[in-house]
Amino acid sequence: MTTASLEAKFQEKVDQEVKIEPRDWMPDAYRKTLVRQISQHAHSEIIGMLPEGNWITRAPSLRRKLGLLAKVQDEAGHGLYLYSACETLGVEREDLFEQLNEGTAKYSSIFNYPTLTWADIGSIGWLVDGAAIMNQVPLCRCSYGPYARAMVRVCKEESFHQRQGFEILLTLSKGTDEQKAMLQESVNRWWWPSLMMFGPNDAESPNSAKSMKWKIKRFTNDDLRQKFVDVCYEQAKLLNVTLPDPDLKWNEERGHFDFGPIDWSEFWDVVKGNGPCNSQRLAARNKAHAEGEWVREAAIAFAEKNKQRNIAKAS
Amino acid sequence: MEQKFQYVQRLADAPLILGQRLCEWCGHGPILEQDIALSNIALDLLGLARNLLQYAAELKGEGISEDDLAFSRPEKEYQNFLLCELENGHWGKTILRQFFFDSFHYFFLNELKNSKDDRLKAIAEKSLKEVTYHLRFSSEWVIRLGDGTEESHAKMQEALNEIWPFTGEFFQVDELDLLMEKQGVAPNLNSIQKSVQQRVAEILTQATLEIPEGTWMQKGGKSGVHTEAMGFLLAEMQFMQRAYPNMQW
Amino acid sequence: MKSNWPLWEVFIRSRQGLNHKHVGSLHAADADMAIENARDVYTRRMEGVSIWVVESKDITASNPDKQDELFDPAEDKVYRHPTFYDLPDEIKHM
Repeated sequence: MTTASLEAKFQEKVDQEVKIEPRDWMPDAYRKTLVRQISQHAHSEIIGMLPEGNWITRAPSLRRKLGLLAKVQDEAGHGLYLYSACETLGVEREDLFEQLNEGTAKYSSIFNYPTLTWADIGSIGWLVDGAAIMNQVPLCRCSYGPYARAMVRVCKEESFHQRQGFEILLTLSKGTDEQKAMLQESVNRWWWPSLMMFGPNDAESPNSAKSMKWKIKRFTNDDLRQKFVDVCYEQAKLLNVTLPDPDLKWNEERGHFDFGPIDWSEFWDVVKGNGPCNSQRLAARNKAHAEGEWVREAAIAFAEKNKQRNIAKAS
Repeated sequence: MEQKFQYVQRLADAPLILGQRLCEWCGHGPILEQDIALSNIALDLLGLARNLLQYAAELKGEGISEDDLAFSRPEKEYQNFLLCELENGHWGKTILRQFFFDSFHYFFLNELKNSKDDRLKAIAEKSLKEVTYHLRFSSEWVIRLGDGTEESHAKMQEALNEIWPFTGEFFQVDELDLLMEKQGVAPNLNSIQKSVQQRVAEILTQATLEIPEGTWMQKGGKSGVHTEAMGFLLAEMQFMQRAYPNMQW
Repeated sequence: MKSNWPLWEVFIRSRQGLNHKHVGSLHAADADMAIENARDVYTRRMEGVSIWVVESKDITASNPDKQDELFDPAEDKVYRHPTFYDLPDEIKHM
């Protein structure tokens, strides 16, 4: 079969919502797009452990400590599921780690922002996880089977994360003036970076069309961003918090909320490595990986020794 | 009642402080799978601490909560084994510290489940299942690293020499222990000592590690005299209570 | 690299009476560790009562290019299905 006819057959399957599985024929560009997207997603989960992990030892109650630890642990799990999905495409986790540690791989820029107060743990849950869920739910129907299956698992587990964050903020909103101020200050810092999580405007997002055609993506960046703003507006009222955007208002004609322009120069700065915590995040990952080397090595050496012993015993 | 409160609170302190230490690993483990595994152990220990502190708070009354007990005491009033508060060090040291605690904890809970105090009995029964797994996990890792590479062996032996003097405190009996034992609430610590030591020796031998010859042992945890590491641990754990007193979170 | 742990496929029985089902993969140095890692990674929310692990490299899979010749021939064997056979209406269940 020619590449063109293979490609036609592939597209036909995708159009009919037949899932693509690891050993099926797929266009190189499809494979590459998937590896890039899934690994970026996996890296985001792993890097995402750091800003929140920052507060586990300082969590203000046992209940909060358990919830936060379980949540950050889930993120390790999500990273793991996603690396596994990537491995079905013939890329080893170790190689992806190397790209991450060298700084050549991308991950969600939101995790380059610092967690400065306890309220930030709430804001991450409410806004960052909220935005992530909005992005992730459609991925459960992604055309690539292992990615879709991993996302089903991720979304199932993720549902408690956003609630946890909202509950933290709700408690602050009912607390002292100091707590209310902490809440507002935190939301001020996290609102805009959360909107940036959906990626550049559709006009600036050249790969989007192809991903939509391949059904890796189901909605455009701007569609999802709009949906997020609409949902958050009502939730902010429950928290008695002001979203830091003077242009935010209901547009009867569109049936959506209008919102102000996003500062894309900040977005691209952080993507390029010039965010508040980029270097610290990478340093922490590199340290953990380097300091774990002797442990991983010893486990392999012991497994090998044990195997030889068992062979000797059997004969 | 005050004495039982003191005793239950003491029982909670070891898992609380060790759990707090394990929290520091989250996101920094040697490989994702083990990061997740260690967090599971931390969750179990903090869960146990919470159950015990809830009970202690009830015994105390006066509107005291589990969090008051966990986060608002001065250092002197924490009565955990010094072993639990030792800094994490490398993965091998953390595993070894865990192994010693698990070995004690397993045999201790096994006796505590015969307590005449129904609440403690129930807590012990629940935790014993978890701790059985912890002990298996840490034992396997001690063997794996002790008998792994030359480098890992050397690191483990060094960690063992460092930790060893902190392993005698489990069996140092004080008046409160004796009183609780007399009331049928607490196990006899001497009776489990042999089982614990046997288990420890067995695993360390398999791990090709040498038990240090020193017999001098550290003490102080039970009477609230801690290591220098404890102040920093508490400064972090109690940060919110100190910076923002009397608020709900 | 010498420290790379092999990949294992994980199968979990979610409750008694059901088959083990593939749930994903993970890395482990040996089989015992793979079981424990699977327990910690894939059953944190009571998803299982039994675990199988097998090293990924030991799995033999059918070739997707041969999908047509392997699986299509079953399509026209309608006589393997109960609805192929006519029975009198009086018999409600058989």
